[in-house]
Amino acid sequence: MAVIKKFSAVKKIQKHLLGIQNLSIKEANLILDEAKNFISLNRSASKKLDLLRGKTQINLFFEPSTRTQSSFDLAGKRLGADVMTMNVTNSSLKKGETILDTAMSLNAMHPDIIVIRHQDSGAPNLLSQKVNCAVINAGDGLREHPTQALLDALTIINRKGKIEGLKIAICGDILHSRVARSNIYLLNMLGGEVNVIAPKTLMPNSIEKLGVKTYTNMKEGLKSCDIVMMLRLQNERMKGSFLPSKREYYEYFGLTPEKLKFAKKDALLMHPGPTNRGVEIDTKLADDINVSLIKEQVELGVAVRMACLKLYCK
Amino acid sequence: MKEKYFINARIIDPSQNLDVNGGLIVNEKGKIKAIGKSVGKGNIPSKADKIDLKGKVLIPGIIDMKVFIGEPGFEYKENFRSLSEAALSGGVTSVVSMPNTSPVIDNVSMVDFIVRRGRDKSNINIFPSATLTRNMDGKLMTEFGLLSKRGIIGFTDAIKTVQNSEIMSRIMNYASELDVLVMQHPEDYELSKNRCINEGEISTRLGLQGIPYIAEKIIVERDLSLLEEYPCRYHISQLSSAKSVEVIKKYKNNNLKFSSGVSINNLSLNENDIGDFKTFLKISPPLRKEEDRKALIQGIKNDLIDVIVSDHKPEDEESKRLPFAQAAEGSIGIETLLSLCLELYHNNSLPLKKIIETITYNPAKILKIDKGTLKVGKDADLCIFDLDQPWKVDVSKLKSKSKNAATENRNLQGKVLMTYLKGEQAFSLQ
Repeated sequence: MAVIKKFSAVKKIQKHLLGIQNLSIKEANLILDEAKNFISLNRSASKKLDLLRGKTQINLFFEPSTRTQSSFDLAGKRLGADVMTMNVTNSSLKKGETILDTAMSLNAMHPDIIVIRHQDSGAPNLLSQKVNCAVINAGDGLREHPTQALLDALTIINRKGKIEGLKIAICGDILHSRVARSNIYLLNMLGGEVNVIAPKTLMPNSIEKLGVKTYTNMKEGLKSCDIVMMLRLQNERMKGSFLPSKREYYEYFGLTPEKLKFAKKDALLMHPGPTNRGVEIDTKLADDINVSLIKEQVELGVAVRMACLKLYCK
Repeated sequence: MKEKYFINARIIDPSQNLDVNGGLIVNEKGKIKAIGKSVGKGNIPSKADKIDLKGKVLIPGIIDMKVFIGEPGFEYKENFRSLSEAALSGGVTSVVSMPNTSPVIDNVSMVDFIVRRGRDKSNINIFPSATLTRNMDGKLMTEFGLLSKRGIIGFTDAIKTVQNSEIMSRIMNYASELDVLVMQHPEDYELSKNRCINEGEISTRLGLQGIPYIAEKIIVERDLSLLEEYPCRYHISQLSSAKSVEVIKKYKNNNLKFSSGVSINNLSLNENDIGDFKTFLKISPPLRKEEDRKALIQGIKNDLIDVIVSDHKPEDEESKRLPFAQAAEGSIGIETLLSLCLELYHNNSLPLKKIIETITYNPAKILKIDKGTLKVGKDADLCIFDLDQPWKVDVSKLKSKSKNAATENRNLQGKVLMTYLKGEQAFSLQ
């Protein structure tokens, strides 16, 4: 088992984790290296550490989340922190209190770290300006989901050894995806090459300026890719008439074993979850342990979040 | 009141195509008695006041065609008194007040209220506008005739747009008969719904839904097509994109009569200034690309855009200290309007006379008011400024009740020194 040091020699990290855009390559590698240490710990019988004993972690979730929330919850607990999860439906935000009022009352309770998910882009940035503790972004609007990108990177590194030189396709609803944006920044930073594949109506304006190649066709977009990252198609997108129907989407953009053949022979499949089987991904493919990294992503997610909590908690 | 002799001034009055070093005399009734090169050269009567401007610039009092005052309903953001002080310190002597108050100005009794309040609580000339449609819901046109008789200068749904083309065509058709001014905020709602900044790389990076330029262009094109069928006095409140300027050019080349405006914000800032979610820069229409900003300036140069407005929209802290998508739109700007305009002169974007024209004579022509000029016999509403004096926009020193200035902390060159209303000094820089 890897030895986990209580403190890194020098903490070369910013105060908050607001997005991959604000992260330096050194910081990204620091988090990933730290997370590697936790993988084996999480697989061992005794998972509990006391690195964050006495520290208070508040999970502030304004948007429903299953895996991210439980992942942060577990990560904090395994490090020995006192974890409180604030459910927005029970809070006074529903009574007209603004996010900053909530932040100020939480701040008065002296937390050491706040993990926030919010439906508005930039909400964690606003929060970070008003509280004394570290803020970790667990997803804001359409902007960023940094820990998801970090866990995706760790999953790739765990399987392929490195990201440099790999070709990764991100496919699906890019327009509404913060996961796609964070992944684009991080994979580019670590030397990967990114293709994005989406119908034109779900492709963000000027996305190529983020350093990606854009495709509207799976065959071309998946060509010689090492990793195929599928995104969830949110059902509500049908209402805005972004697409005619789910079945037409599946016809052109759903990942089937046949379409996966356009990629490299040893290409691996990823998905941030939750999956819509039969909409963006073939159900057997999603469960195929030879190809799918979906379960591993969830597993390593806890390790990445432990690393973040450890590094950002002062 | 004593006669006043303003001497040694650089007088710029586009209404008379004037840019001379000379003087101006205001008579006992606050009207302009004489103007020109030789004025003040001879003996000045001892009983008259002599004001030596030492080469500073004298222009007609500024007319700002788009100002949100806040009364009634939003007095905590701005009221007539604070607005009046803010305006005067910016050299603005006349404003068109927006009708999107609470309740909105869409009926005769509301007009009486606003006229009375404006008269009692402010010094400047308030030209109130009323809504184009009742309750600004884009369905029923307001009583253009009755409202005009009570003193309404023009009709606009301020920050809203009449979406229904049939209703818009009827509004234009009916308005033409009464010769009333229709002012449109051009924005297609379906294309701008839930969106808040320009669509492009910045919106993609910030994860904000972008408003495409076409949301504006499509309404400008629709309205100008309708205008060909139903000619009326039509004004586009604010333009934001290069593509809209192209449309304007096309229709102006066809000799269609209409006018258009632009906010000083869209001339001084671009989408990059939004930075890390600065909500003070959330405005409508949104800040767009640098190319758009340049095209708008070119539009002024080529007489495609007629007026520059401050689009003064005070918002309290609570409305702005929110996640970007939830924050209110708008920026204050009446106090910085002239200085920001002068920035366009200092950076060689526009000639000085052209700039002055867009904030004095042109709005007066569009509104058909006897202001914005220094012709003999007119009210002596004057703005005197130092073309070069440097200063920094310190929001705590601004007189507006709200502090949401998009140009917060900007270093500017050129400052208003004195403002006169009907010959009386109403503001003097300390």
